[in-house]
Amino acid sequence: MSPPTDDIAAKESVPFVAAAGAAAPAEARPGAATGWLAGRHLLIAAAIVLAALVPFIFKSFVTFQLTQVMVYALAILGLNLLTGYNGQFSLGHSAFYGIGAYTAAILMHHWELNYVLTVLAAGGVCFVVGVLFGLPALRLQGLYLALATFALAIALPQILKFGPLEHWTGGVQGIAIDKPDPPFDLPIDADQWLYYFTLGVLLLLFLGARNLAHSRTGRAIMAIRDHPIAAAAMGVNSALYKTLTFGVSALYTGIAGALGAIVVQYVAPDSFSFLLSVSFLVGLIIGGIGSIPGCLIGGLFVLYVPNIAEDISRGLAGAIYGIILLIVIFVMPSGAAGFVRLARGWLAGYRRPRPAAHSTLRQQRRTP
Amino acid sequence: MELLLHQVMAGLATGGIYACMALAVVMIFQAIDHLNFAQGEMAMFSTFIAWQVMQWGQPYWVAFVAAVVLSFVGGVLIERVLFRPIHNAPVLSSLVAFIALFSILNSAAGYLWDYTIKTFPTPFGHKPLLAGLADTHEAGMIGVTLGLLGLLYLFFRGTRLGLAMRAAAANPESARLVGIRVGWMTALGWGMAASIGAVAGMLIAPVVFLEPNMMLGVLLYGFAGAVLGGLTSPGGAVLGGFAVGVIENVAGTFIPYVGRELKLTIALILIVAVLMVRPSGLFGRSVVSRV
Amino acid sequence: MKRVTRRTILAAAPAALTLAAIPVRAQKKNGPGVTDTEIKVGNTGPYSGPASSYSPVPKSIVAWCKMVNDQGGVNGRKINLLSYDDAYTPPKTVEQIRKLVEQDEVLCTVGTLGTPTNSAIWQYMNQKKVPQLFVATGATKWDDPKGHPWTIGWQPNYQSEGRIYATYVMKEKPNGKIGVLYQNDDFGKDYLKGLKDGLGDKKSMIAVEASYETTDPTVDSQVVDMKAKGIDVFVNTAIPKFAAQAIRKAAEIEWKPLHVLSSIGASVGATLKPAGFENCKGLISDFYLKDPSDPQWKDDAGFKEWTAFMDKYLPDGDKLDAGYVAGACLAAMGVQVLKQCGNELTRENVMKQAANIHDFTVPMLLPGIKVNTSPTDFAPVKQVQMGRFAGERWELFGELLTGAVT
Repeated sequence: MSPPTDDIAAKESVPFVAAAGAAAPAEARPGAATGWLAGRHLLIAAAIVLAALVPFIFKSFVTFQLTQVMVYALAILGLNLLTGYNGQFSLGHSAFYGIGAYTAAILMHHWELNYVLTVLAAGGVCFVVGVLFGLPALRLQGLYLALATFALAIALPQILKFGPLEHWTGGVQGIAIDKPDPPFDLPIDADQWLYYFTLGVLLLLFLGARNLAHSRTGRAIMAIRDHPIAAAAMGVNSALYKTLTFGVSALYTGIAGALGAIVVQYVAPDSFSFLLSVSFLVGLIIGGIGSIPGCLIGGLFVLYVPNIAEDISRGLAGAIYGIILLIVIFVMPSGAAGFVRLARGWLAGYRRPRPAAHSTLRQQRRTP
Repeated sequence: MELLLHQVMAGLATGGIYACMALAVVMIFQAIDHLNFAQGEMAMFSTFIAWQVMQWGQPYWVAFVAAVVLSFVGGVLIERVLFRPIHNAPVLSSLVAFIALFSILNSAAGYLWDYTIKTFPTPFGHKPLLAGLADTHEAGMIGVTLGLLGLLYLFFRGTRLGLAMRAAAANPESARLVGIRVGWMTALGWGMAASIGAVAGMLIAPVVFLEPNMMLGVLLYGFAGAVLGGLTSPGGAVLGGFAVGVIENVAGTFIPYVGRELKLTIALILIVAVLMVRPSGLFGRSVVSRV
Repeated sequence: MKRVTRRTILAAAPAALTLAAIPVRAQKKNGPGVTDTEIKVGNTGPYSGPASSYSPVPKSIVAWCKMVNDQGGVNGRKINLLSYDDAYTPPKTVEQIRKLVEQDEVLCTVGTLGTPTNSAIWQYMNQKKVPQLFVATGATKWDDPKGHPWTIGWQPNYQSEGRIYATYVMKEKPNGKIGVLYQNDDFGKDYLKGLKDGLGDKKSMIAVEASYETTDPTVDSQVVDMKAKGIDVFVNTAIPKFAAQAIRKAAEIEWKPLHVLSSIGASVGATLKPAGFENCKGLISDFYLKDPSDPQWKDDAGFKEWTAFMDKYLPDGDKLDAGYVAGACLAAMGVQVLKQCGNELTRENVMKQAANIHDFTVPMLLPGIKVNTSPTDFAPVKQVQMGRFAGERWELFGELLTGAVT
């Protein structure tokens, strides 16, 4: 069977993509007005310009917060690639984040490697770890896979605290890193430089993810999520794509971890516990599974909502956080991206099919 | 050899706790087809309610019954108020609801009852058995867990209501077509799971001491045990719970050098290794989906 | 009228200069966060998350400052203590501290809680030259006036306590086999190190090093293991929940080693009562704080002062929780530093005064234990006293000891 051209592939993949509702809606309707596309690009350009102005409008501290938001958004994007686009449920992304962070910290602390290289190295290390983990994970599905990833999340802090490795990892005392200075003696301070650096990496990786999602590989990945058997029947190499997706997902989250370590200037084992994985999941769901811009909403949520909860009631901060989560999920069951989609649909005068009801993760249940 | 025996026995004792929790986890999974991350916190909250009733002067059994009944009602309410509105959302959205519930219950318990540990009484006493390797309470706990298991088995296999609940969980559309009130079956399932959780909490608290954070570790181990045994098999879950306890202890003691600090990691790796061989758990049935 | 000539001016000069020089204290200097009516101070702690059981510490610091304000404040100013939640996660601590320093512009921080959390902001606070006062952790590293002149600890550090246990064990059971139960994180490992350092050549006395994680349900198997291996000295550095479990299990399996508890797990109400008083006879521990559940302090003035404080400002607080005691002490020390600053409330002077405390008594410290700091000594509370449990209260014995770790 000769590989179809991209146009035909787009049309044939419509049922998969529409069922997911996840990828850019423009794709689902090949005849969509290019005017809409242009409008979207304008919006993105405007957002980038605004983002670039931020460090000069706000105080250093807010710049720092927003840099962290971007780091979390990147980590959530990594999780999104695996869980949102490929349907493999992961509770273990705190481990990839931690591995990335520690790679950067160890390289900077022990070998004084340049921070840009450490970010790249972190990505590389995590890609390898992701692939190595993805291989055996092929045999597992759903909650069983969740347990395996959970094992990873639990293992990392324990390994980091492990005695014989203390010389490298700093053990329970962690590793402190110095903040990099802006290069070429630019007239900005370290916080602002880190913001731009992170923004640059973010845009690059977001673009990469978007291209991946719109490519044939991306469609294959999504096909595996929605109808694994049909995808295999069509000749998609499920094992290869699933393993690669694990690797790429780990790479993204690992790079986020490295950036996070540089921004916070400190790594310690218990910062990377299972609860961090849960935060990423929450961010992913609130932002909208399968939505790339949604990851930014997720990042904003993960950083700011606990602060809001604390402002309302310090003693019951956890409970308020839970209540906010419930309100958000009631109002936007498909996350922010889903909400935006619905809103656009209403504005356009009709309702689009709700993608949620056919989510594949639900289909893994027993049949009598 | 004697050390091995000691550790196995100690592992079975802790495993009893995990088995109890694993049963609650699988029970709710069978009823609602979701893994309830807040199961531990619900159990903890129910146990605190029982404790509070005893603080108000009531005897143990009154508190026990009160906790079980209130938990049942609480479970039904949670299903009706929290999960019903989002049951059409993507399955991961309900995960957020579970996390929210966890957060609320944990925070509220800390606020209401503070963090100092409290003793919780047991009807079985704490007398040592088997030369100190176990005690009467642990034996009682295992007994109650097995008893519950038996009751649940009879309920699900032998009663019409049990059958209806299984049908509603397995295939809601078809179940509706034969006249089963699926919504109420789910609510009932939640109520039962909450009650079982309450019993589990009241059995576990005497061993670990009652405090708001007592259940997180137990839930995670119980989850591991349930998955190891197979999420479709309550009996498997109970066995899985015991297995997790034993593996963790034996690995901790006998794997030289690393075992001490990496106990939990090793236990989980072993479980994952088992899953590699039997991807649906030791006793679970493999999922067969029609294309 | 005398004509103002150069001579008169020159004559008047020394007098004028002297007049100008005398009341440097009376000269008001307001650092960041300070106005004529208010002093803004910062704090972070785990109000939520798995470490929320330590929330009584920041809560009591906040409440103590409220009490001080009701009593008139410090140097005519009210203390505005801004306390934020960091959920015990270092990245969050960094964010909250940056908020306190850069947005709220506080004068200093008092009683920030946790080792990894304080480690994360250590560099930042010293770079920004903001006093990081009385960090609520027992890690050894805070006593570092040369390397980190803006950070000062407060409690006897864990390593020094470990050394004290070592000295005691070597005296009481020189041929014993030691088993150590410790939490697998910074404080547990610090205790273990202190113990090993204190034993020196006799390090081999330690036959079992058993760790636990806070997510472990019980430590019963570690206890069983120790008995099986013939341990006769049990150094139990666990937090109350696990310490109580260990005590109870040891009694259940009829194992009676020389049982040394760390100060963290020695509370009568929070550890010993749940474990069962009859199981606790003969327990040894070290103390620097008065245990509010110990009846021997019933008529003690400091205890009464603290109880009155709790009744009025934290009526729902569990008086058995040592966190409320620690927080009250931290706050009292912070207030003393601010008082010593007089009207010169700058960051430099705050740090100077923090390194200048002499024989200061705090209500809930053991009688005889005084707070002392100097520019080369950043360990405010160094002394502990040992005690033996006699059935319903701790009987203190011996002299005040220091573990002397630099």
